Amino acid sequence: MVSEKEIWQLLEQVSDPEIPVLTVVDLGVVRTVEWIDNEYVITITPTYSGCPAMQYIEKGIAEVLTDKGFDFKIVTTLSPAWTTDWLTKEGREKLNKYGIAPPVDEGDKSVLFGPPIVVPCPLCGSENTKMISQFGSTACKAHWQCKDCLEPFDYFKCLR
Amino acid sequence: MEINKQDALFEFVLRIADDSLILGHRISEWCGHGPILEEDIALTNIALDFVGQATNFYDYAAKVEGKCRTADDLAFLRFEREYKNVLLVEQPNGHFGDTIARQFFFDVFRKLFFEELAKSTDEELAGIAEKSLLETKYHLRHSSEWMIRLGDGTEESHAKIQESVDTLWRYTGELFFSNEVDALLLNEKIGVDIAALKRPWEKQVREILGEATIEIPAHAWQQAGGRTGVHSEHLGYLLTELQYMQRAYPGMEW
Repeated sequence: MVSEKEIWQLLEQVSDPEIPVLTVVDLGVVRTVEWIDNEYVITITPTYSGCPAMQYIEKGIAEVLTDKGFDFKIVTTLSPAWTTDWLTKEGREKLNKYGIAPPVDEGDKSVLFGPPIVVPCPLCGSENTKMISQFGSTACKAHWQCKDCLEPFDYFKCLR
Repeated sequence: MEINKQDALFEFVLRIADDSLILGHRISEWCGHGPILEEDIALTNIALDFVGQATNFYDYAAKVEGKCRTADDLAFLRFEREYKNVLLVEQPNGHFGDTIARQFFFDVFRKLFFEELAKSTDEELAGIAEKSLLETKYHLRHSSEWMIRLGDGTEESHAKIQESVDTLWRYTGELFFSNEVDALLLNEKIGVDIAALKRPWEKQVREILGEATIEIPAHAWQQAGGRTGVHSEHLGYLLTELQYMQRAYPGMEW
């Protein structure tokens, strides 16, 4: 038996298949690692209900732990629901460097005429940007464009 | 009719799951056919959320039933009469306005419903509802914005979306269907007081339709049947496509 900390370190090797720059730990998808009845119990939570990356994430976790010969079990839990607040600080920085704007503080999604949000362009840093579509290349992203450098970019949208 | 708690819960969860699957499948039919690229992507993303939510509810329904059926068995291997979704969600996509109006009526309902279900004493149901609610807020915003844009848009878009609303209005009453299943579960603090959602639903729908300059139809006729398994002709065709792989190649996996 090794410490749970070592398991966490191993999990840092597993990346999100759709945003490879993020590990499952950065993403906040791994909730807990516990030693229960002679095995490690890894509890994970999906980002979006239909996120197709979850199956790969589970497989990725199983692979690194099997490689090291650990006995383990992966449990999926829905509650409390994943929110983008769980993205780590490192995760946010990695996203920005990779060209995806990290989530900014947004109000209630269902309020139609709330104040617009400011999402700085991850490429030139300008705050003069606009939303093209609330929905982007994956469930977790929206499609934006910078009005200064004119580049389109992905925005990791706020979910909470 | 006497109904026990387990049967009631299975039926209740199945209704939610079927609404999600059938509407998710309907929206997914837009994949590659959206009016603009961004909208194509938006609709397929929303479809994915719905199918994901359906999976969670079917998993739970299978567990509640306890007859060794899996989520896939429930999704793919039942007959038309065994599906308990409302008629609204099985209506064909029609033109873009028809799809948006259908979605809008449903999203307003879904948000109110999940807000209540998230308070259920059944932790699994509350968990799925809490998770789904976050996604539903995005869907509602999307469909509301389009209602306003189309309704308060050009003369043509206004006329088309008004017609969509006129046509689909008759299926909205069924969203508030409840029977002994709901009564039993409400008593156990598991279910939702669905009838009580009608007022806030109407209020929110009126607000957006007002903004969109769309009138609520004067006719009061409402068509129901889906919740009891009596569907419109459209569901059979939808299921033929949805179930094709499992019927042709039983047990096949990706």
